[in-house]
Amino acid sequence: MATHTIEVTVNGEKHQATVESRLLLVHLLREQLRLTGTHIGCDTTHCGACTILLDGQPVKSCTVLAVQADGRQLTTVEGLEKDGKLHPIQQGFWDKHGLQCGYCTPGMMMTSYALLARNKKPTELEIREAISGNLCRCTGYVNIVKAIQSAAEHLP
Amino acid sequence: MEPKTTAEVSGMGHSMKRKEDPRFIRGKGNYVDDIQLPGMLYMDIVRSPFAHAKIKSINTEKALKIPGVLAVITGETLAKYNLHWMPTLMSDTQMVLPTEKVVYQSQEVAAVIATSRYGAADGVEAVEVDYEPLPVVVDPFKALAPGAPVVRTDKKGKTDNHIFHWEVGDRAATDKAFAEADVVVKQDMHIPRIHVASIETCGCIADFDRVNGKLTVYMTTQAPHAIRTVFALVAGHVGLSEERIRIVSPDLGGGFGGKVPVYPGYVIAVAASVVIGKPVKWIEDRMENLQADSFARDYHIHCELAAKKDGTMLALRSKTLADHGSADAAANPSKYPAGLFSICTGSYDFKHAFAEVDGAYTNKPPGGVAYRCSFRVTEAVHMIERVTDRLAQELKMDPAELRLKNFIPKDKFPYQSALGWEYDSGDYARALKLAMERIDYPALRKEQAEKRARGELMGIGISSFTEIVGAGPSKHFDILGIKMFDSAEIRIHPTGKAIARFGTKSQGQGHETTYAQIVAEELGIPASAVQIEEGDTDTALYGLGTYASRSTPTAGAAGAVAARKIREKAKKIAAHLLEVSPDDLVWETGKFSVKGAPQRSKTIQEIAFAAYTNHPQGMEAGLEAVCYYDPPNLTFPFGSYICVVDIDRGTGQVKIRRFIAVDDCGNIINPMIVDGQIHGGLTMGMAPSLLEEISYDENGNVQGGSFMDYLVPTAMETPAWETDKTVTPSPHHPFGAKGVGESATVGAPPAIVNAVVDALSHLGVTHVEIPMTPERVWRILKEKGVAE
Repeated sequence: MATHTIEVTVNGEKHQATVESRLLLVHLLREQLRLTGTHIGCDTTHCGACTILLDGQPVKSCTVLAVQADGRQLTTVEGLEKDGKLHPIQQGFWDKHGLQCGYCTPGMMMTSYALLARNKKPTELEIREAISGNLCRCTGYVNIVKAIQSAAEHLP
Repeated sequence: MEPKTTAEVSGMGHSMKRKEDPRFIRGKGNYVDDIQLPGMLYMDIVRSPFAHAKIKSINTEKALKIPGVLAVITGETLAKYNLHWMPTLMSDTQMVLPTEKVVYQSQEVAAVIATSRYGAADGVEAVEVDYEPLPVVVDPFKALAPGAPVVRTDKKGKTDNHIFHWEVGDRAATDKAFAEADVVVKQDMHIPRIHVASIETCGCIADFDRVNGKLTVYMTTQAPHAIRTVFALVAGHVGLSEERIRIVSPDLGGGFGGKVPVYPGYVIAVAASVVIGKPVKWIEDRMENLQADSFARDYHIHCELAAKKDGTMLALRSKTLADHGSADAAANPSKYPAGLFSICTGSYDFKHAFAEVDGAYTNKPPGGVAYRCSFRVTEAVHMIERVTDRLAQELKMDPAELRLKNFIPKDKFPYQSALGWEYDSGDYARALKLAMERIDYPALRKEQAEKRARGELMGIGISSFTEIVGAGPSKHFDILGIKMFDSAEIRIHPTGKAIARFGTKSQGQGHETTYAQIVAEELGIPASAVQIEEGDTDTALYGLGTYASRSTPTAGAAGAVAARKIREKAKKIAAHLLEVSPDDLVWETGKFSVKGAPQRSKTIQEIAFAAYTNHPQGMEAGLEAVCYYDPPNLTFPFGSYICVVDIDRGTGQVKIRRFIAVDDCGNIINPMIVDGQIHGGLTMGMAPSLLEEISYDENGNVQGGSFMDYLVPTAMETPAWETDKTVTPSPHHPFGAKGVGESATVGAPPAIVNAVVDALSHLGVTHVEIPMTPERVWRILKEKGVAE
């Protein structure tokens, strides 16, 4: 199996890694860089637990090869908090009880981050559409919608 | 109920923000697959493409040549240690790895151990298995017919696929009531096979330390202590001894019943680690999870209800065929092969009832676990709520009026049901009336009449369910002989902070918060200063785990009782410090004061300090207590739900326009968490009603084995649920709580089905099977000539 040396910037920090051609980005993040906040919930790009930002766009990192991230900027859940202060999305999920088991939460928050980056005042329907590629089995989405609405209100 | 404590203390009734969330929102949860141990190996599993086939040979040569592949474990390997079969929770048996044949598609056939995750997957591809297909039986009715292929040929002398017959109630008296009734309605219904599909799949790391002979298993389990005992019993003969087995259940990404059983993957990983002497990680993928882990439901029910002309319900009779797949691997208490299905008389005052259930083997994965419900309660509630509407339709009565007429009156509690349960408390009419008021039921009926006149399809469905949760009591309930109590241990530190450990295991329920609130309520120590731990069998007390809405009714109760024991000791210490008799002291949240002299008092923190620094002579130092709580009875949460649907005549799509859920789970610890539980439960009630099903073709090929075709609801299908509550405390629970995590999953499906049938009732439709997919509904519209 051929290997490649790649360079990725994750949450502002540069990393070099030697990877097999077939290595999935989510495994690079979780197993080589030990950023385990990004989760795996399916293998078919349905559940969204592995959602991260690749050059600002939300992608499901179980369906991206690590080599495709070469030279690019990645943001994971670990990059949301800045200088010890929670991002409004994190605060919103906490305040509004937008999580229960917490497994879908990082992916859900990264999708929300991308939504609010392009639409600062989304309607409920726009929020529901935006997160429709992220499955949650615990919350019934009611409080996730509220969490994102709360985050929208508190964006800087 | 107004909270008795301040927000700073945050006892019962406060919507305290969750204590577990700071780690989850930072991506710092610790789930099984997040754990990496030095030298860890990876395991992946070869699975059968056939539902029923003889294994002629397994060739591992090519696999073993792949770099990084260390071993391939087969049934023959395990047979050397007599570990190729294991007991199920229902005292049936199940293969760990086969030596002769496979009995369901995706069954484990061999396991590859490699130095990397990808290497193990390569190894799986390279294992060559030669199968000889055998005749397959997937339909449980055909499975019981003469001449059907026998699934369990391993059982000596077994010539059919019948597993058990179970019955409850007075058959003769029920038959007599039916013979004398004015009206009898009958309905067949299938509650299809579904899967909990927690977003985290199952997996483990088995870590056998050869030097100390100690096995540590980090695993996705809802019941770590019971699992430890099962491992000790199953593998005792190969040297695993219970004091040297440690099960750690770290953060769990949902459970819903699917993480109660022991799956073959866990056992193989343990065997591999013991043999190789290194940690072995096994994490199943989503398709393995859906295709091979325990399913829920799969009940084929025939139900009959006898009534008087005026709608008075007289008797209930049902006959069910339960499809258990290839093993009875249900997670039920031992004495209850059909779980608590006998709650099927529901919220109604039946004089007579009889229910029987037969179990059958088929060539499908084993199981019969819950799907966010207490032991077959969903099936029972679906049946009674569906047949109740069937009666209303027959008598041309309003379904709300029929329910109000037949509810068990609130002054009859505690109530003895015809099938043997003692319902603890209830006020069913209050909950239904509140739901009707919240949704303006008369206005909806008026709107429906107008729409119907215009040819639009709108329906209103009601479900007034009664649940049965919180098992024990231990005189009736056990899992493999282990009694279903639960436990708590609380230790107060010298500075007045506390740690409390429980025998249960949260999978998202928020125990770290709610259990701390129970301690806060009882002792006045702020919930923020009470550390909660669960899930490590080396530290936590023995308990039976979290499922069937039992945590608050059992372990939560244990927490309150343990805290009260601490308060008793604290009282003696306070009396010593204040130089009065304990009888002269009164407790108010957080302190003891002298009767008539409230300025003379000692706070729990002062008392805690004294317990280690200045305790009375003759008294043991320290301030801690343990409680193993054996509930005197189960608890019976209830509620009334009303669902409003619109049906698209062009596509057959059912849209839930409004849904009001009025729940009564007794006294509430954290209203925010209860609401969240109900939202999630409603969504898992909607899912099998409209979307989810795992079915099989006639060859036993799974249809619905990935998220491509097993449709877990997204935010788009899920409506904005509306909730409300009534509070009828449980009279026997230490703080009057009942449990809530599963009420909505149990109560929602019949409300949705009843709404759809109601929308179509004027066309002569009396029943619709679930899932009510657009195709299924459209076919009905087409048949009735109303499809657009």
